[in-house]
Amino acid sequence: MQLELKNVSYTYGKGTVFEVNALSNIDLMIEEGQFIGIIGHTGSGKSTLIQHFNALMQPTEGKVLFEGEDIWGEKYDRRALRSKVGLVFQYPEHQLFEADVLTDVAFGPKNQGLTKAEAEARAREALVQVGFPEKFYGHSPFELSGGQKRRVAIAGVLAMNPSVLILDEPTAGLDPKGRDEILDQISYLHSKRGITIILVSHSMEDVARYADRLIVVNDGKIPYDGTPREVFAHYEELEKIGLAAPQITYIMHDLAAKGLSVDVHATTVEEAKKSILAALVGKGARR
Amino acid sequence: MRNITIGQYYPADSILHKLDPRVKFLGTLVFIVSLFLIKGLAGYVFVTVVLATLVKLSKVPFGMMLKGMKAIIFILIITVIFNMLFTPGEAIFTIWRLSVTKEGAVQAFRMAIRLSYLIIGSSIMTLTTTPNQLTDAMENLFSPLKVIKVPVHEISMMMSIALRFIPILMEETDKIMKAQIARGADFESGNLIKRVTNMIPLLVPLFVSAFQRANDLAMAMEARCYHGGEGRTQMKPLRYEKRDYIAYILMLAFAAAAVCFCIFGGGWI
Ligand SMILES: Nc1ncnc2c1ncn2[C@@H]1O[C@H](COP(=O)(O)OP(=O)(O)OP(=O)(O)O)[C@@H](O)[C@H]1O
Ligand SMILES: [Mg+2]
Repeated sequence: MQLELKNVSYTYGKGTVFEVNALSNIDLMIEEGQFIGIIGHTGSGKSTLIQHFNALMQPTEGKVLFEGEDIWGEKYDRRALRSKVGLVFQYPEHQLFEADVLTDVAFGPKNQGLTKAEAEARAREALVQVGFPEKFYGHSPFELSGGQKRRVAIAGVLAMNPSVLILDEPTAGLDPKGRDEILDQISYLHSKRGITIILVSHSMEDVARYADRLIVVNDGKIPYDGTPREVFAHYEELEKIGLAAPQITYIMHDLAAKGLSVDVHATTVEEAKKSILAALVGKGARR
Repeated sequence: MRNITIGQYYPADSILHKLDPRVKFLGTLVFIVSLFLIKGLAGYVFVTVVLATLVKLSKVPFGMMLKGMKAIIFILIITVIFNMLFTPGEAIFTIWRLSVTKEGAVQAFRMAIRLSYLIIGSSIMTLTTTPNQLTDAMENLFSPLKVIKVPVHEISMMMSIALRFIPILMEETDKIMKAQIARGADFESGNLIKRVTNMIPLLVPLFVSAFQRANDLAMAMEARCYHGGEGRTQMKPLRYEKRDYIAYILMLAFAAAAVCFCIFGGGWI
């Protein structure tokens, strides 16, 4: 078990009039090599949850274990943990500060104690991985477009070679092409390097397509946790908590209602296509 | 919505919260001046009773007011020590060449009471009034100064904007700090120079975003035709109600009592 949350609760502003219960009694296990999608409506507690994974937030109650060790134990090296569990924040472009792109990306590896040359090599590798064009390596990060900044910021975390990569809405505000490129890249890292990925997203289509496990967060609790097929089978309940199933799932339900015997739990266009074709062939054969 | 408030506003449903901020502002001034007028034991008992009543009325836990005291505890101790040791008079006891005088002890006691009541009194105002209400009150009270070309409206607008931005910047600092910690930044260890250079990854993005925000805000204000104070009306204009007039009358009575204690007070304190 790579990461484990045991009965974790978090309250903002504990002991003041402004107390907000952001997480309540969460139990969660994350195994190595999983691709996990986290969905939940605005303010449900997703960002709060993921900040517990790399010790940026200390639970007000409960325990967080990384590879079996309590990360809030007295002797635990939390700085080392943070280079194993990389976290890309929502709108990460606000963390850029160096004079040029390459140095900025090398900031993380340098903090890990690598030499300048090693750190730079890591930075180049990470920038290639996020598909950032080489001609901009020497530019100031503040002169880039929003999407380019985003890539640089993601590279800044990737360059630390984490074994778990957490991304908080990495594609918010990107164009469809940029979004697909970044998600494909993340998926590639997952399959080639075996990194555990935890992806927070508001796009049901994206999580259905990439994740092999979905965690639904609502009101600081986890009502559903399972494969996309299992979770989206509850699409009516999901709608009640401000979420939805991928559009294709609705189409499949409509087709089934019209009498075509398709798989109503299909969550991606690929799956749906296969199922529809099979159903049509079956229908044709019967005719 | 994030409920971070600057200053120490404590939301509650009390008569003091409902009072017009101008009343509270002037009331606090009257209270502070009276503190320094009052003489005599009876006077101090009187102020204590008034203050206790206000604390009770405000429905704010007394602990919140004592928090304000923490900030001045050091000043308080120094004041007490200096007054005890350096007031000339009849010595009570002597340690080495320093002697504590009777007059000094009385004076120290008096100063300690005045300072702590001053803090508690002004805490009552800041705990029951939002910073925005306070700036509105000040703009309103100081508006006669416009005659002598003091830009009262502009100053109060700047104050409100600054107050509005403090929580935003605090939140931003927190976010950037976490993002850099996630990249292995270290804001805690090292010597002074190391620590200062370690702040760069925090300060650069913070300034960039602060300027960006200031720019956006100026643009947004201009787009809504903001043109300064001339002829502007307020969305929630300050208006006196019956309770405010009553408060003013009580305030006058209090001030009169304080003057009486100043003239006729005395006794052993
Ligand atoms: N710094 C803070 N202080 C007080 N309350 C906070 C703070 N940060 C978040 N909250 C509250 O905690 C709850 C969960 O917030 P969180 O940021 O985890 O939501 P989220 O699921 O990430 O939302 P989004 O989809 O908008 O990013 C919300 O009710 C929010 O108002
Ligand atoms: Mg969030």
